[in-house]
Amino acid sequence: MTAAPALSVRNLTTTFDLGASRVAAVRDVSFDVMPGEVLGLVGESGSGKSVTLRSLTRLLPSGAEVSGQVIWQGRNLVGLAPKDLRKVRGGEISMIFQEPATALNPVLPIRVQIEENLRAHTTLDRAGRRRRSQELLDLVGIPDAARRLDEYPHQFSGGMRQRAMIAIALASAPRLLLADEPTTALDVTIQDQILNLILDLRDELGMSVVLVTHDLGVIAQTCDRMAVMYAGRIVEEGGVSPVLGHPAHAYTLGLLGSVPQAGTERTVLRSIEGTPPALSAIPPGCAFAPRCVFATDICRTRAPELVGTTEGHAAACHHSAMVRHQLGVSA
Amino acid sequence: MTADQPLISVQEVSKSFELKRTLSERFSGLPPRAVHALNGINLDIRRGETLGLVGESGCGKSTLARCLVRLYEVDGGRVWFEGRDIAGLSGTGLRAFNRRVQMIFQDPYSSLNPRMSVAQTLAEALNVHRMVPPGRVAARIAELLELVGLPQDAAGKHPHEFSGGQRQRIGIARALSVEPEVLVADELVSALDVSVQAQVVNLLLELQEKLDLTVVFVAHDLRLVRHVSHRVAVMYLGKVVEIGPTEELFRAPRHPYTQALLKAAPSLDPSQRSRKVAARGELPSPIDLPSGCLFNSRCAHVTAHCRAEVPRLEPRRGVHQVACLIDPSDRTDPS
Repeated sequence: MTAAPALSVRNLTTTFDLGASRVAAVRDVSFDVMPGEVLGLVGESGSGKSVTLRSLTRLLPSGAEVSGQVIWQGRNLVGLAPKDLRKVRGGEISMIFQEPATALNPVLPIRVQIEENLRAHTTLDRAGRRRRSQELLDLVGIPDAARRLDEYPHQFSGGMRQRAMIAIALASAPRLLLADEPTTALDVTIQDQILNLILDLRDELGMSVVLVTHDLGVIAQTCDRMAVMYAGRIVEEGGVSPVLGHPAHAYTLGLLGSVPQAGTERTVLRSIEGTPPALSAIPPGCAFAPRCVFATDICRTRAPELVGTTEGHAAACHHSAMVRHQLGVSA
Repeated sequence: MTADQPLISVQEVSKSFELKRTLSERFSGLPPRAVHALNGINLDIRRGETLGLVGESGCGKSTLARCLVRLYEVDGGRVWFEGRDIAGLSGTGLRAFNRRVQMIFQDPYSSLNPRMSVAQTLAEALNVHRMVPPGRVAARIAELLELVGLPQDAAGKHPHEFSGGQRQRIGIARALSVEPEVLVADELVSALDVSVQAQVVNLLLELQEKLDLTVVFVAHDLRLVRHVSHRVAVMYLGKVVEIGPTEELFRAPRHPYTQALLKAAPSLDPSQRSRKVAARGELPSPIDLPSGCLFNSRCAHVTAHCRAEVPRLEPRRGVHQVACLIDPSDRTDPS
């Protein structure tokens, strides 16, 4: 692609204070998001995918430290004063969360929660805000919007709450939507509705999306490009079809093998032995080496760099040539 | 008993849970309302098979699982085990039933006693059912740990010292300690990461083969259900809408809900994208059930007939059964 990226992240590292020591939840992560692109961050619990997303706008607990660069509209958000960052956060960059029941304020009607964001990030007057909040509920597909605006979150179903949260996020007309497991708590038919809604809004509003999920199927169905995270690092990235079709990192291959696929019913799944390492005890060399069937001596001593294998597809694996000979998703 | 007689037979089972009345409802003398979790379930479970129960939240799959092991008493209908109504069991008959039909729960964090070591947890089950003489308990615990792939030093540890996947293995070891014939696994791996899910699913399939188990596999994940089940029952609002052999049901789903569910499940193949929503709307309230077919409010093929008549689960072309009123030409004569 020749266009300039909308968001450019370089060497992002996030550490947390554990009292006696610090641990790095995200280590040296770099990626770009193009205008109108949906980038998926995928990984298992503790891989650092959610912390990466939250580090972009420093939505982190006190004691967390972010270094590196997050270049947005020509500015580095890392090191931006809290007052200036607040204008970006929830304004140009909006976020939606996994659990809308806890992300919404239970004691305020939905209308107040949407208008709050309109007041903070637009110049609309009172009447304009009222009109706009109803338009937003219509936009996210909540039927009977005029009446439902005055209802409280507990009167909404899980899917409708997620729609309401998306309406709040869209109130500021963001250029970038950060979505942290937005459909994990939802049933599959509702998940399908919400993911389609996010894609429709991307098309309509031309915004970019970073979608964090643990579900490779969600990535395959919604994202343009994807990055696979393990133990705080990006281990593989590229277009969704090349990465899922010809994975170049042993971990990606293992993840794909762990997901049951049609035609192999009741056979042994290619699972990954063991469990991911604790952040305080990340093995030297390649963090995945202790669980990897391809691992050799070099993997246990030298950390692999993220290097390109083909156009726009990169993996941090000493044995990516060998991994690529295995099969990914059977097409 | 003949060989093809089902091991467990569920007939017209219904179960509802009464809601607490609000103060104003009590003052106005309104009768308590109820959540209708199961609304006339019919299915058979055959010896040695894995039956998958699949559906979204509120479809009643977990309630049905609990009715199968008599954790819940049914309101209506019957659950037969080897030709005996389990509601009528008591004393030694009930004890034997409890031993032969075991349940494994979704959450290994809350279903294990945090104050008991693994050895104590397993010994309790072994002693309650007098599975081995007291002198053999330690040896049997060692065998069980080996069976589920846990190291021997696990015996002295407590649940908090294990990862989620290992805890689920402890749950499986506890269920297997009493040498059951039926395992009812309620969302066995849904709390686990995908790489660990695969390990536990592999273990379940291996154990089923080795120990000749009948398995009821309750899950919302269609890929998992397809992977482990010989037959699958799809549930919606407390009813079975379609049941049949896994391969046929996934290749040629007949009920509009099954079709929507399969379409909504995100495929790993990016070339199979669809930007059309699989099913509109949301689950109706299980308190005030719709009339006629329970799926009619979301069905793309709905007719006036569907709002009036309740469809019965009937055989269609092929071997599987479908509860749907549309396209009656598909129906074969059950006689």
